[in-house]
Amino acid sequence: MQLKFEVTGMDFSRAGDATARIKKVLQLAGMGAATIRRVVIVAYEAELNIVIHAYRGTLCAAVGPDQVRIEAVDEGPGIKDIALAMQEGYSTAPPHIREMGFGAGMGLPNIRKNSDELDIQSEINCGTRLTAVIYNR
Amino acid sequence: MLDAEVLVGGEMLEEIEVSSGFGCDLISDSLCFARPGCLLLTGLTNSQIIRICEMIEARAIVFMRGKMPLPDVVELAREKGIPLLLTRMFLFEGCGRLYQAGLRSY
Repeated sequence: MQLKFEVTGMDFSRAGDATARIKKVLQLAGMGAATIRRVVIVAYEAELNIVIHAYRGTLCAAVGPDQVRIEAVDEGPGIKDIALAMQEGYSTAPPHIREMGFGAGMGLPNIRKNSDELDIQSEINCGTRLTAVIYNR
Repeated sequence: MLDAEVLVGGEMLEEIEVSSGFGCDLISDSLCFARPGCLLLTGLTNSQIIRICEMIEARAIVFMRGKMPLPDVVELAREKGIPLLLTRMFLFEGCGRLYQAGLRSY
């Protein structure tokens, strides 16, 4: 099953909608609670990365019996140093985003921690493609 | 115990049972560390905390330090069936009182 959602940069009123819908689909499909929890963390962090850092993007979920593949593709500034962005606590989010409780530099580390496979491709002034696979154990 | 007023969902409080507590002012940490069925204590009042609550299946939210959410946030909580409470207490003290009463983070 394939799900695809449009995500708009800086639209905090709808941020998290795509993840909430992915979660509902997984629950209806009868997937285990532990797997759903990991997918939700990965999808939400990826969705919010688009909202916070990019102009627009898409969040896709490919749901199979053995795994869920989350793909977040955005048009945005890109990530200058992916290794640095993967470090816990490193953030480029501006102060007004931090005041909302975001930008603690845990987005990508949390995605890595909760996914079994992770690939990030980024091009400066173009965008970022994040692909994460979560196994259904 | 928290000297809290109910903002929405008072009728649900009788039926709700929380299995743990979590206190945090960061979205990512609430998402990753709070357990399903918890009571969430936070100073964050934007709509994303309601989203997080829904995502992690927290039972209710207590806003600390007298931080009042905007009406649209209260309305979103009403739609989602999430009770909201408000107290002037600091996060540290609120967590401490609940811990003393036997609530744990897991």
